[in-house]
Amino acid sequence: MDHSVLARRFVSDRDRAAWHDRALWFVREKRDRQADDIPEWERLRETASAIKQHTMSRLADYLEAFARHAQARGVQVHWARDAAAHNRIVHTILKRHDVRRIVKSKSMLTEECGLNPYLEERGIVVTDTDLGERIVQLRQEAPSHIVLPAIHIRKEEVGDLFHRHLGTEAGESDPARLTEAARRHLRQEFLSADAGITGVNFAVAETGGFVVCTNEGNADLGTSLPNLHIACMGMEKLVPRTQDLAVFLRLLARSATGQPITTYSTHFHGPRPGAELHVVIVDNGRSRILQSESFRRSLNCIRCGACMNTCPVFRRSGGHSYESTVPGPIGSILAPARSPHRHHSLPFACSLCGSCTDICPVKIDLHHELYTMRSVLDQQGALSRRKKLAMTITSHILQRPWLYRTAGRLLRLGLRRLPRFLLYTPLNAWGRQREMPPGPRRAFRDLYRRQPKDR
Amino acid sequence: MTDDSILPDSARHFLERLRSAQPPATPLPELPVTGPWLTFDNAAERFQAMTEAVGGRCLFVADAAAAEAALEELPAWSRAATRCSLVANIGSSTFDPAAVDDPHELQHTDFAVLPGEFGVAENGAVWVTDEQVPHRALFFLPQHIALVIPAEQIVHNLHEAYDRLRPQDHRFGAFISGPSKTADIEQSLVIGAHGARSLTVLAVQNRF
Repeated sequence: MDHSVLARRFVSDRDRAAWHDRALWFVREKRDRQADDIPEWERLRETASAIKQHTMSRLADYLEAFARHAQARGVQVHWARDAAAHNRIVHTILKRHDVRRIVKSKSMLTEECGLNPYLEERGIVVTDTDLGERIVQLRQEAPSHIVLPAIHIRKEEVGDLFHRHLGTEAGESDPARLTEAARRHLRQEFLSADAGITGVNFAVAETGGFVVCTNEGNADLGTSLPNLHIACMGMEKLVPRTQDLAVFLRLLARSATGQPITTYSTHFHGPRPGAELHVVIVDNGRSRILQSESFRRSLNCIRCGACMNTCPVFRRSGGHSYESTVPGPIGSILAPARSPHRHHSLPFACSLCGSCTDICPVKIDLHHELYTMRSVLDQQGALSRRKKLAMTITSHILQRPWLYRTAGRLLRLGLRRLPRFLLYTPLNAWGRQREMPPGPRRAFRDLYRRQPKDR
Repeated sequence: MTDDSILPDSARHFLERLRSAQPPATPLPELPVTGPWLTFDNAAERFQAMTEAVGGRCLFVADAAAAEAALEELPAWSRAATRCSLVANIGSSTFDPAAVDDPHELQHTDFAVLPGEFGVAENGAVWVTDEQVPHRALFFLPQHIALVIPAEQIVHNLHEAYDRLRPQDHRFGAFISGPSKTADIEQSLVIGAHGARSLTVLAVQNRF
């Protein structure tokens, strides 16, 4: 469904839309305070961007080095071309260990691959352990934000949900008490799990190790109790050297939630004694994006979510209106790059204000890519007929000055003279939520031409 | 470069596809350890302030005896029925974690005193490893933890931190900054999500 259709539903609840907007802006302001605290912030961003671009230009060598070093440390490395292969590999490992229950920490990659439903269909109980993810899992919906999965949900709704599922008191909406209930519930899940699945924030080519960042400690509990740990990683998560981690860990949490660092930044270099550690490296369309000169920088993304928090469209339309695992500005590039026909409306859910580009810690040229994506989608014939028609007419008019002047004259006249029922038709999207301005008598070009020459 | 005997077919196909997709090479930037990065007039002071800003506590104490005394003053420690310490001369244990085979048995631990290697002033993080800790779950499962670091071991920023540590020397190593926390319900910060409900850093001036 078009982003605009779903966004309209979201904004129809004005209070909630305004609250959502404020909640995300609050996070953006926290980010600003952290960034301002670091005088070399811009240098960090430039360094991070250069490291990522370099890594992408030699990704195959670095992945090979990573795999070699990881294997030498007793890590079993798997390679998945696409989501289906990823799910199959994970399931095969779980089956070999006769796993019934798994605890999962946040991983956008497994969301992208649809791992949860795949495993559940095969009789495995999957518990998401990030509190926000657990909330949306109990509601049987997808996360609406990659860092703040339940940012669209009010505490009263969490209270109702926990009352039904975790037996908290009816009407309880205190975040501290609700979190305590989730803590008790999820501790039991951690203790009874047969395996832990995590994502990967950064993998290091020169050591074969990787880093997972959380605030809650859920990835750590999920991997320090069961004897099987599977880490699922998108192939772009690599950095060449250990010291590169300094750059990225300094940027990640500050950009994401306005913290100086996540509570836990855990470095895994091999399995626990007596346990198994597997890493599944996933392509799933990434090598195609890498080939594209216009869009390859989107692979720099470290999934901090800052572009979502700052985006005026995201804040006012909610993550679900993107219908994509990664929503917001970065998702509006990644999703149509992968499935143009399914996600064609996303790059248009953007005013090209450039706020995302300004804030991105790895300097992805987001709004430029969004702009380019629009014409790519047109060339691929992925635009809706209506959008295509509007574009064709507009382009026709803009290419002919006499037609542009005539159209302007008619529009100004129409705005002054036409009765409301003709002006505010369903065809006039601009008139849906706002009053049209009164049509001025003269066009700007007339006023400009008539101004005194000596000024 | 590809050694066919080690890499499976799936890897070779994966990497081949990738090699044909790679863009032209760009240089890897040099990362100096010092120079461009933020430092502080008083790293210890900043470390203490940041530890508190992230929801923890940081106490500078003269020696092990003073650390012990500071611990005794923590209600979470004095109330703890099941507790252990893996730091010599600081705290005491009601059980021996090294004698525990299965980390699940640690679930009733109320308090653990654990060694940290050094602190990072810019973000209040402490670097810990599994070197003297038999189960990494001890960092996450107890209700409360204290990390003991030598007071002089505080670096300014993460660049200095990575310059001195070799994470590959340990199967497990982590930066821990404050107690476990979440803000997933309406952005309200709640301390004590899954891991420790409180984290106290004891920075000891004269260790021995």
